[in-house]
Amino acid sequence: MKMRGYVLRKLGQTVLTIFVVLVFNFFLFRIMPGNPVRILIRNPKISAEALQRITEQFGLNQSKFVQFGYYLRDLFTGDLGHSFVYRKPVLDVIMEKLPPTLLLTGTATILSIIIGVILGVIFAWKRGSKLDVAGLSLSLVLYSMPSFWVGILMVMLFAVYWPIFPIGGMSVPGTYYATIWSQLGSLLRHMLLPTVTFALILIGEYVLIMRNSLLEVMSEDYMLTARAKGVSNRNLLRRHALPNAMLPMVTLIAMNLGFIVGGAIQVETVFSWPGLGRLMYTALMGRDYPLLQGIFLFVTVCVVGANFCADLLYRYLDPRVKS
Amino acid sequence: MLQTQTRKDRFTLLKKNLSTFWGVYRENTMGIAGLVILLFFALMALVGPHLVTYTGEIEGAEMVLQPPSAAHWLGTDDLGRDVFAGVVVGSRISLLVGLAATVISMVIGAIIGIAAGYYGKTVDTILMRFTDIFLVIPWLPLMLVMAALLGPSLGNIIFVIGITGWAGTARIIRSQTLSIKERPYVERARAIGSGDLHIMVHHILPNVFPLIFANTILVAAVAILSETTLSFLGMGDPTRMSWGVMLHFAFEMGAVSFGAWWWLIPPGVCVVLVVLGFTFIGYALDEVLNPKLRRR
Amino acid sequence: MTLLEVNDLTTYYKLKEGRVRACEGVSLRLEKGEALGLVGESASGKTTVALSLIKLLPENASIAGGSIKLDGKELVTAAEEEMRKIRWKEISIIFQGAMNALNPVRTVGDQIAETLKIHDKLTDREAWQRTRALFEKVEIDPDRVREYPHEFSGGMRQRAMIAMAIACNPRLVIGDEPTTALDVMVQAQVLQLLQQLREEIEMGLILITHDLSVVGETCDKVAVMYAGQIAEYGPTEEVFTRPAHPYTRALIAAFPDIEGERALASSIPGNPPNLLYPPPGCRFHERCSEAKPLCREAQPRTININNHHYASCHLLDRQVKSCRA
Repeated sequence: MKMRGYVLRKLGQTVLTIFVVLVFNFFLFRIMPGNPVRILIRNPKISAEALQRITEQFGLNQSKFVQFGYYLRDLFTGDLGHSFVYRKPVLDVIMEKLPPTLLLTGTATILSIIIGVILGVIFAWKRGSKLDVAGLSLSLVLYSMPSFWVGILMVMLFAVYWPIFPIGGMSVPGTYYATIWSQLGSLLRHMLLPTVTFALILIGEYVLIMRNSLLEVMSEDYMLTARAKGVSNRNLLRRHALPNAMLPMVTLIAMNLGFIVGGAIQVETVFSWPGLGRLMYTALMGRDYPLLQGIFLFVTVCVVGANFCADLLYRYLDPRVKS
Repeated sequence: MLQTQTRKDRFTLLKKNLSTFWGVYRENTMGIAGLVILLFFALMALVGPHLVTYTGEIEGAEMVLQPPSAAHWLGTDDLGRDVFAGVVVGSRISLLVGLAATVISMVIGAIIGIAAGYYGKTVDTILMRFTDIFLVIPWLPLMLVMAALLGPSLGNIIFVIGITGWAGTARIIRSQTLSIKERPYVERARAIGSGDLHIMVHHILPNVFPLIFANTILVAAVAILSETTLSFLGMGDPTRMSWGVMLHFAFEMGAVSFGAWWWLIPPGVCVVLVVLGFTFIGYALDEVLNPKLRRR
Repeated sequence: MTLLEVNDLTTYYKLKEGRVRACEGVSLRLEKGEALGLVGESASGKTTVALSLIKLLPENASIAGGSIKLDGKELVTAAEEEMRKIRWKEISIIFQGAMNALNPVRTVGDQIAETLKIHDKLTDREAWQRTRALFEKVEIDPDRVREYPHEFSGGMRQRAMIAMAIACNPRLVIGDEPTTALDVMVQAQVLQLLQQLREEIEMGLILITHDLSVVGETCDKVAVMYAGQIAEYGPTEEVFTRPAHPYTRALIAAFPDIEGERALASSIPGNPPNLLYPPPGCRFHERCSEAKPLCREAQPRTININNHHYASCHLLDRQVKSCRA
């Protein structure tokens, strides 16, 4: 019963957040200096009649309130506008670029969580040792690096000086792959460097949080009880400490989604990975406002939605808040 | 807290606190390292640009993209400009943007945090809901969209970074305000009829100030990183060289495939050092201000 | 038959500033099925003694000397692997405030069944069956074995802790302030339960507390700790009616109005010494109303007053008295 109330409350908050983002997005593109039509059309030499026609077409002569209504109506029918650069509906462009992004960010996120948790556990278990200090320092340095710059270093090292990996992209343009295996092999070769870069960017924080969370749990009274019970070290960690220490990680992973999106923009730009992040950079460089607005909206709704799911998951995993 | 506090009392108290604070801080290796790094870059930003010449003049094709030499310590870029001079000149804009944006974030964060904590109830709910929304929205796309619409200029990039970076601070300051609000001297001030604004400025602000200060350090680190990233993605002012703008041009001009490491590595190293400097100081402050951590 | 024999146990904590002598020269003796009360102010070293017995001291602490013999078997030199088998099977411990002593994300029954699986090598089914029986024994509805600690009341949690402590029929149970966080009614219930179980399974009990009334009701013997040392030790009856050490007398005098540790500490003027720099001579001399010059200089010997009643105080030392006379 309580659970349902919680879900409804969280759902309400999520809807509110998305609504605020919609309003923000709507007004952001209309408080800009100059005529919004000029921004939307980008042609300084547009004729007066054309300007008039487009103004009416977009309903820009109506009140802001009516305009917002049109805007909402368009959104719910999946109309995010028309991209200047691609000359296609924005949603089509986004959907086209989504799979490569999901592939890259998904792989890197899973990889970094697994490695981050393992390293965090090792460092916490051997806290104060040289290994711990070295690991912490490295995490701190990685954390201080701009993500794109990590990517640049990786490309320079492993694609320019030692050309082991391709410099970017997802495949070699114009190549015909005889078998699905050779195609997959090429994809893996292209994917490895950006994935490792991405994982490196994310891993530092996971290591730090996991280590601190585990250290905190290990100083709890129930860990002393478990040791007094004669539980082996292995089970002490696996059955007593980890279930508690992993809980903050769930929240952290969700809160980090925004950071992951930011990382995707940078890594994809550096590696010319044909995903949403690279698309955003293209939109920025080409001042393709409808596309930019569409990506921003799409990404934000995804992140807000994922946060909602993480809240529910946390609620499900932690028995203290379930009842 | 004393019943009445004259300005002079406060000053001597502050002086005493500062000297004990410095006594503990001095012992912290990390904190001193961070301070030294930041002082070095502050000096570079203040004095450096007067000592080097960094002109866009093309010195002839043979001087383009040269690796480091005695004449050009860090080589030259695609226009034959000295990279070392660029790094020195760029430090000024990078630090300026980072610090100015931090100030904006801290002012917004402090106002929202104190107001939410002090007024409570509906004001608190509305402000915190708003803060939560800001915390959820992915920060980089948000900044990029705003920067793209406002156009690339120094003022705009400062504004964009400042306006997106306050939410975490607001939350921390709100919870501190909640506890300070209950202290006897605040209630006494209210009893003698002090206005809300007076109480917030004279009683709450001085007490949350150490927290604001400690938070500033961490926000500054993020702001410097944001400047670099935004500029790298082409949202910086191309006429005002900063480390991020430098990296943007290097990347766009193909320095990566050319292997011009001297053009790509120095600005990045500077950013990492400054961010590390802030982070070190942040850690040290945490240890000094939270004695509980000291034993660990 | 002697169950536990502790001789001259000394445990130090290492801090940056130096060694904290949290427990020095502690000697205790416990017969089979006997209950011993360990009383003293907070930070007098009671918990350090308890943790030393099962060798679960914090990382910066270590046993510096002495011996702990359980059924004649030396524990101080025992390897960690050996200790793990002894823990819970031979010596179990009930910690203060069972809210934090139980793992919040695992069911209570699961945590009890775990000990049975480790030590008695029971199968999953057997372990759960026995857990239900244990729940009944401590008067909790066995159908609640699959609930989480936060779903239990404070008293229930402490009873579940007791069920867990007796799960493997240990020969010695250490209760570290097992009733402190509970209200008076529940306290009485829990103590009664402990007493009853002790008789049933013939286990020894060391009850650590600052509450003299608890000791009076439950324990055969009492050891009074002050600043890391045993000030007085003997049969409860005898110590309570004829206290020999000035500290014990002060404790008993303060007794009627105690409500908690703070009331106790404040009723005796002064503070316990900092064990980083313990005072020379008798550790109690700074607060002792009867202190003589000698008390400031020399550590008192342990004096046997009459059968099994011991105290460490110069005022009782016939040799000292005769010297002065």
